[in-house]
Amino acid sequence: MTTMTVPERRVTPATAVRNTLTLAWRNLVQIKHNPMELIDLSIQPIMFVLLFAYVFGPAMSGSVAAYLPILIPGIIVQNALFATMTTGVGLNVDVTKGVFDRLRSLPIARTAPLAGRIIADVVRQAWSMAILLAVGMLIGFRIQTSALALIPAFGLLLAFALLLSWASVFIGLSVSEPEKVQVFGFVVIFPLTFLSNAFIPLSNNYPAWIHNIMEYNPVSQIANAIRGLLIGHDVAGHSQPVIGPAINALLWGVAIAAIFIPLSLRAYKRRV
Amino acid sequence: MTYAIQAEGLVKRFGETQALAGVDLTARPGTVLGVLGPNGAGKTTAVRVLATLLKPDAGTALVGGFDVVRDAHRVRQLIGLTGQYAGVDEMLTGTENLILIGRLLGMSRAESRARAAGLLERFDLSDASERAAKTYSGGMRRRLDLAASLVGRPQILFLDEPTTGLDPRSRNGLWDIVRGLIDDGVTVLLTTQYLEEADQLADDIVVIDHGRVIAHGTPDALKTQVGGQILEVRPVTRADEVTVARIVSDLTDALPEVRDGLVSVPIADSSVMPAVVRRLDEAGVLVGELSLRKSSLDEVFFALTGQRTEEDIEPELTTSGASA
Ligand SMILES: Nc1ncnc2c1ncn2[C@@H]1O[C@H](COP(=O)(O)OP(=O)(O)OP(=O)(O)O)[C@@H](O)[C@H]1O
Ligand SMILES: [Mg+2]
Repeated sequence: MTTMTVPERRVTPATAVRNTLTLAWRNLVQIKHNPMELIDLSIQPIMFVLLFAYVFGPAMSGSVAAYLPILIPGIIVQNALFATMTTGVGLNVDVTKGVFDRLRSLPIARTAPLAGRIIADVVRQAWSMAILLAVGMLIGFRIQTSALALIPAFGLLLAFALLLSWASVFIGLSVSEPEKVQVFGFVVIFPLTFLSNAFIPLSNNYPAWIHNIMEYNPVSQIANAIRGLLIGHDVAGHSQPVIGPAINALLWGVAIAAIFIPLSLRAYKRRV
Repeated sequence: MTYAIQAEGLVKRFGETQALAGVDLTARPGTVLGVLGPNGAGKTTAVRVLATLLKPDAGTALVGGFDVVRDAHRVRQLIGLTGQYAGVDEMLTGTENLILIGRLLGMSRAESRARAAGLLERFDLSDASERAAKTYSGGMRRRLDLAASLVGRPQILFLDEPTTGLDPRSRNGLWDIVRGLIDDGVTVLLTTQYLEEADQLADDIVVIDHGRVIAHGTPDALKTQVGGQILEVRPVTRADEVTVARIVSDLTDALPEVRDGLVSVPIADSSVMPAVVRRLDEAGVLVGELSLRKSSLDEVFFALTGQRTEEDIEPELTTSGASA
């Protein structure tokens, strides 16, 4: 042990990738001991699906079945936004519990703890999207285009969530305790998803400014893109374009990421 | 490389707080450096700088011959760290926590699994190895954290208050482990509130207060340097302690401490001894015990920082000061 092996000057890219995957494993392996977590992850969105479908459905669209094409894409988007909070909460727990200190004292890639967390959370995202879709299909939601459309739909949702999760990373690295991340999330995400067409068809009964917010809201854009991909037409039966809303949603995502990636990296360097 | 750890003029401030105000310290390879200091002295800050977690505002530090700022990645390949607050992942089991570290250090699956099992055994955690760390008691977490810092067989180990919260048995176990590491040639920097711990383990001690080193040396040198000697008198009848206290205070001009029928007072030299004996005799006090000893580290610490250590609160862990 006293023989000094000459240490490496920096990590190789291969090591960085391995470190990242190891830390992603670390963030997912806990599910093995606590399978309930998978249910926890999904129980609230499932409850929302059922409540919205059976309470709002008949009032809004005349029947549950007629409401599902609006609701299911909308709620998947809302849930994806809430799920981005997991990233911030997890980072905050690591920082406050001293896990980050331990990781930083190891000769691993600096970015691995962050990247590992983000990758693990993408996996969680995909899981909860699949669950919501499955529940939706159980109660009558139908993909009216082609099952293959699920691939771009999931891809788009995951990309959107990944871009937005940088806001969560920043909050997670900036606040003093995990609960604050949650509070922050609720305060932003609830208004954002309700001031959109996630749960209702846009109508002209709103004052112009609210209508504008609802129309250009990134949540509306991505919900429209998903509806276009999975259903192909809107409530009125007009064909629902995909490309335009998808680009708008991604532009929103890129803008948000462009703000929060530098902020996050600065906070990360300072905090870790 | 003459020193395993060598810091010069470390300065770190947090806003208004000057956590480190120019700390110098060195640790020779294969020895234990004890860092003592009251709460808020800057011990943790110093450890965090040396373990590459925090950049100093000024000053330099070499660990294993590498600069902690410029060559941080190399330093990290040599060190192990057990922070003051256990850095274990509560959702993972004990085994997984250690496998995680092993894998991050580039060990194979099998290798890291074997290493984890060995360390868990050594830290008496085998029974709990498959339980999530959040079900562990405070002491078990602490031990798991220590085990985690040893996965990579570090040449230089930083332990920030490693025994705080451990019961006496675990504490002794930890001391044995530290001694074993030293035999293997590992250098250990350990901060502690327990003077007995520093006395037991440390080859050298630095005492920090308000971000400055206020004393350093071997435990023995510190005891001699600061405290001089302590005169202790225990009268046969407890009621006489007041008289004894008055007499020794007359003769030494110092304020004696009276505790459980034992009167103790620091003295500069032993020439007052005959006078003490004579005066006690004249006063008709029967003396049960009369002794002169080197001051304990506890008293040194008190003299240097004006603060009592936690040993006063946990008397079952104290051994009375070294006998003369
Ligand atoms: N991140 C921080 N932000 C602000 N102040 C800090 C920070 N870390 C430490 N300090 C301050 O720096 C000083 C030294 O703290 P440090 O944790 O190094 O002390 P310590 O000797 O380890 O104390 P203890 O025995 O209580 O662990 C304290 O006044 C503390 O409040
Ligand atoms: Mg401390």
